[in-house]
Amino acid sequence: MPEVTYLRPRDVADAARLYREHPTCRPLAGGTDVMVMLHAGALRPAPSALLDLWPLGELKGIRRVNGALEIGAAEPYTGIIRSALVREHLPALVAAAQTIGAAQIQNRGTLGGNLANASPAGDTLPVLLAYDATVVTDRRTISVSDFFTGYRKTALQPAELIVAVRFPLDGRTVRFRKVGTRAAQAISKVVMAVSREPARIAVGSVAEVPLRARDAEAALTRGDVAGAVAAITADIRPIDDVRSTAAYRRAVAQNVLRELLDASSRR
Amino acid sequence: MTNATASPAVGRSVPRREGADKVTGRARYTDDLVVPGAWYGKTIRSTVARGTLRSIKLDPGFDWSRVVVVTAEDIPGENVVQLIRDDQPALARLGGEIRHQAEPILLLAAADRATLEEATSHIAIAYDAMTPVLAIDDATETYSTIEIVKGDVDSALRDAAVVVERAFRVGLQEQLYIEPQGAIAQPNDRGGITVVGSLQCPYYVHRALKRALALTDEEAVVIQAETGGGFGGKEEYPSVVAIHAALLARKAGRPVRLIYDRHEDLAATTKRHPGTIRHRSGVRRDGTLVAQDIEIVLDGGAYCTLTPVVLSRAAIHAAGPYACPNVRIRARAVATNTPPNGAFRGFGAPQSLFAAELMVEHVAERLRVPSLDLRRKWMLRVGDSTATGQVLTESVSADLVLDAALKAAPAVRPSARPTVRHGRGLSLVFHGSGFTGSGEKKLSGKVAVECTRPGEFTILTASTEIGQGTKTIFSQIAADALGVTLEQVSVGAQDTSLVPDSGPTVASRTAMIVGGLIHEAAGELRERLAKVRKPKLPLRVDKTYVQPDSVHWDDQTYRGDAYPVYGWACTIADVDVDTATGEVRVTDVVTAVDCGKAIHPVMAEGQIEGGALQAVGWATIEEIKTQDGRYLNDRLATYIIPTALDAPRLKTILVENPYSGGPFGAKGIGELPMDGPAPAIIAAIHDATGVWLDEVPATPEKVLEACASS
Amino acid sequence: MRFVLNGRSVSIDAPGSRRLLDVLRESLGFTGTKEGCGEGECGACSVLIDGEVVNSCLVAAGQVEGCDVVTVEGLANGAELSVLQQAFIERGAAQCGICTPGMLLAAHALLRENPRPSEDDVRTGLAGNLCRCTGYTKIIDAVLACRR
Repeated sequence: MPEVTYLRPRDVADAARLYREHPTCRPLAGGTDVMVMLHAGALRPAPSALLDLWPLGELKGIRRVNGALEIGAAEPYTGIIRSALVREHLPALVAAAQTIGAAQIQNRGTLGGNLANASPAGDTLPVLLAYDATVVTDRRTISVSDFFTGYRKTALQPAELIVAVRFPLDGRTVRFRKVGTRAAQAISKVVMAVSREPARIAVGSVAEVPLRARDAEAALTRGDVAGAVAAITADIRPIDDVRSTAAYRRAVAQNVLRELLDASSRR
Repeated sequence: MTNATASPAVGRSVPRREGADKVTGRARYTDDLVVPGAWYGKTIRSTVARGTLRSIKLDPGFDWSRVVVVTAEDIPGENVVQLIRDDQPALARLGGEIRHQAEPILLLAAADRATLEEATSHIAIAYDAMTPVLAIDDATETYSTIEIVKGDVDSALRDAAVVVERAFRVGLQEQLYIEPQGAIAQPNDRGGITVVGSLQCPYYVHRALKRALALTDEEAVVIQAETGGGFGGKEEYPSVVAIHAALLARKAGRPVRLIYDRHEDLAATTKRHPGTIRHRSGVRRDGTLVAQDIEIVLDGGAYCTLTPVVLSRAAIHAAGPYACPNVRIRARAVATNTPPNGAFRGFGAPQSLFAAELMVEHVAERLRVPSLDLRRKWMLRVGDSTATGQVLTESVSADLVLDAALKAAPAVRPSARPTVRHGRGLSLVFHGSGFTGSGEKKLSGKVAVECTRPGEFTILTASTEIGQGTKTIFSQIAADALGVTLEQVSVGAQDTSLVPDSGPTVASRTAMIVGGLIHEAAGELRERLAKVRKPKLPLRVDKTYVQPDSVHWDDQTYRGDAYPVYGWACTIADVDVDTATGEVRVTDVVTAVDCGKAIHPVMAEGQIEGGALQAVGWATIEEIKTQDGRYLNDRLATYIIPTALDAPRLKTILVENPYSGGPFGAKGIGELPMDGPAPAIIAAIHDATGVWLDEVPATPEKVLEACASS
Repeated sequence: MRFVLNGRSVSIDAPGSRRLLDVLRESLGFTGTKEGCGEGECGACSVLIDGEVVNSCLVAAGQVEGCDVVTVEGLANGAELSVLQQAFIERGAAQCGICTPGMLLAAHALLRENPRPSEDDVRTGLAGNLCRCTGYTKIIDAVLACRR
C-alpha cells in the first residue's frame, strides 16, 4: 500500500483546483470517517492523496446570510452546539449534534463530512431534511432532499466540494429523536426529525438513504396524526442488520413519530 | 529490621504501587516496548467455518525474500496449544481440518506493516468446505459431562406440591480488555525464546511454548508486561499469541512483534461460553424448596480449551446459594464450528446463576409470595450442605449481604416520562474462591519472599497485576506479616526465569490462596530474621500450597468440598424501560459483597464496580450475532460496551465475614461481582413491564417484542 | 511538520497522511497515548489539540501543523503530578491503566471548559473514553474531587 500524499490547500479555490488535478484524492475534514477507512484499507477507490480541508477558515463559521443561517462545511459539531445562532434558530440540529459520538468526535465531526459520507444512519441528515436545508458547493446549491441518490451516493459531481449548509429561517419547529445502540458513541437504529408546519417527517437508518416519509407527511399535512403514524411503515424500507431488525425499526419509527408529534402538539 | 510501630497496611486503601506510572504514561504495555530490529508479525486466518485445508499458494510474482513465512511444517515441537485436551493445533495442517472461522493457518513477519499487507494479498488459500455445526442444538461432539446428584430428585419432584420449570439462554460475551492481545518474541542467549506479552498466567504460556517450540524450562522465558485488562480473556489465549510470535522470531532469527488490532481480537479470540439452562424446581405449599433438577448445555466452540473447567464451575453453582435436599445437575459442554470459547470472569457461574436466581422469581410468582421471602427461607446458612454435599462451616453471609443491600437501596424514583417505566430487581449469589475441588492441590502454587538487603524485601510470585491490585495487596500482606512499612516491600517482575509458579491469576484465588502463601512465607521470614543478630542475606523463604486437611473433594463422584469457602453478594438493580423503544437503562446498582476481609477497600470496591458493569453490559447491550460461524460484531462500533453515560450509579457495600483460612480473613472477590446483576436486571424489567425475558442480552429488540406480545 | 508537543517545539519529517497516533508513539517515542481500537470508538488515543480533546487515531499528522498538542506525558509538571493525576491514584480511578491517559486528557479538557461540572456533566464529558475495569464510578469521583 503506497503511502498516501497529504495535500494542504491554501483556500477553497486552491482546494478545488487540487481536487480537479488529483481526481483520486479524498477530501478530509475532521477525519472521523475517512481516517478509520483509510487505516482499514477500506476506501474505494484507494486514494492517492488526502486533501485537508480542516484548516480552511472559509469552511468554518456560522453566520446569517440573507435571511438564512449558514454553517461552514468544516465547522465541528462542538461549534454548532455552542453557537447562540444555532441554539436559537435550529435547536434540533443542536440536539442531533449532541447525540453524535462523544466529546472527541464532536470536536472533529462536521456537516460536510456527514453529507459526503451519506451514511443512511447519519444523525444530522434527517434534521437537514426536516429543515429543508441546502447544500452549498463550490459550484452550485443542491437541495438536501435531492442530495442522496443511493446507498452512500450523493449528487456531487467529480471534484465538487461541499462548502456550507444553508438553513431557511422560517421559524419552523423541528423535533428530533435518535434511538441508538447505547447512550453515547452510538450508531442509530432509528433517527427522526419532525416538523408539523410545514409537514416534514425525515428518518434515517430505515432505508438505504435518509429519507422523507412522503405518505406520512401527506397525512400530517391533512392534520391526520394517526394516519401519519400508520403511513410511515410504508414509506420506510428497513432491513435486518448487525445493529437491529426491520421489525424493530418499523415499530420504533411509528412510536417515535407518535411521540414527536405528541410533543409538538403540547406547546 | 522490623518496625514494631509500622501501622498495618492491610485494610487501608494505600496508593496503588504502580499508580504513578499509570497516570503519567510511564507504564509500558507490550506495544509500548521498543525492541530494536524487531519485525512485525501477522496471522493469516481461515475464512471458512469448517473444511479441509487443501492448499496454501504463495504468488511467485511477489518477492518473498522480504517476508518470513511460518506454517505448521515449521513447528519444531508439537503442533498443539497446550491446555487440557491437546486438540487445538497452533497452526492448521495441510490436509487437516479447519474447525472455525479465523482459525490460524500461517504466520508472516516483515520489516514493516505495509510489506505484511502486500504479502497478505499474494496468498491464496483453498479449502474443501464442509457443512459446519453452528447451533448448540445441532452439536454432536461433547467435550465434557458432569453429573451432580444429591438425594432423590425424581421422587421429590413427584411429591412436590408445585413444580416450576423454565428454560434460559445466555449469550456470548467478549472480555473487551481495552488493550488488545499482543506479544513480542525474541531469540534469547539461552538458545531459546523469550516472550514478553499481555497476559495473566506466565507459566501457562511457558508450558505452551516449551511444548510447541521444543524448549526446556530454562530456554523458554515468559515475562508479563504491564497488562491493560484481562478478565480471563488473557488466561489461555496468550499461549496462542506467544507460540505464534515465537515461531516467527525463531525462523526470522530476530525479534517479532505480534500485536492484534481490535478487529482481529474481536473476530478470533475466546468469548464467554453461551448456553442453555433448563431448570425445574419443586416446592411444598409453604414454599420449602425440596427439589432442583437442572440441565446445562454450554457451547465450547471448535476446540476444548478450558471448557471442562468452565462447565465444572457452572455445574457446581447451578443450584444457587440455597439449601435443597434433592438436587440433580446434569451438565455437558459441546463442540460447534465457532471460534473456541474460553475464560471470562465468572467462568460458568454467571451463566448458571442467571437461571438459578430467576427461578426464585418464577417460583415466587407461582406461589404468589414475595421472592425475598423465598430467598430468606432457602438461603444457605452455616451447617447447611450444598448441591455437592459440602457442609458450610464458616463465613456464610447470604443473610448479611441481603440485609446490607436492602438497607442501602436508594429510594425508588418513578419515571417522569409516560412511556418509561421504572422497575427494581434483586439477586443473591455466591462464588467459590480458588480452584475447584482438587485443583489447588494439583496446581501446588509456589511463592517466595526474600530479604535482599537489610530492611528490603521482595515478593517473588508469578501472580500478575492486571488492574485488580495484585502488587499492592501482596505488598500490604507481606509488609504486615513482616512488621515493616510498605516502602520496604517490592514485588519482583513476573518473569518465569525469576519467580516460582504461583498458579494462574484466575479463579478468585489471588488474594486468598496466593496471598495466603505470601502471608505464611513473610511470617516465617520474619521469624528466621529475628532469630539471628546478623542474618546472612539474601535470605529467602519458599512456600508451596498445601490443601487444608478439612477440604475433601471426590473427583469421581463430584461430591464434597468444591471450594474451601465462598464469597457472597446481593445485587439490587433499578431500571427504566422505555416501552416505546424497548431500551433498558440501568440507573442504579447496589451491591453488598462479603469477601471475608477487604485487604484494600478501594480496590475491593473497584472489583465490584467493574465486574458489575461488565455484567450489566452482558445483560443489556453486549451481543454477538453470527453468520456462517463468523462474528458479525467484529469492530468496536458494533460490539458495544457501556460508556460512562450508559453506566448506572454503582454503590458498593463491603461486608466482612472473615474466613479462617484466608490471609487476614480474606476470600476471593474478582469474579463474584459478575454473577448478580444479570438476573437482577431481568427481574427489574419484569417489575417495570410485567414481562419475563428468559435470556441475556435483553436487547431493546427482545424487550419491545416481549412487551408487544404480552 | 512543526508543532508544539507538551510545551516544546517539535519538528518532524513524517508523511502528513500518517495517523497522529502513530507519529506520537513511533516517530516521537511518546507511548503514553494508546491504541485501543483504531476506529475512534474507545478514546484510549485521546490527546488535546489546541485545548480540545480528540482521538489521535482520526487525525492526520499534517493536520497538527502549527498546533498545540498535549499528551499524558505533558500533564505533570516535572515530578509534580497534576491534581487530577493525584486524584486518580488516590481514588482508585486507575486499575489496569490502559484507558487512563485518554481519560485524564478528556477530564482535563472537561474541567477547563467547565470547572464545576455535575456528575452528569462528567459522564457526558467522559462518554468517549471506554473503561472496562472500573465501572467509571471512581473515575467520576476523582474528577468531581477536582472541581474548583
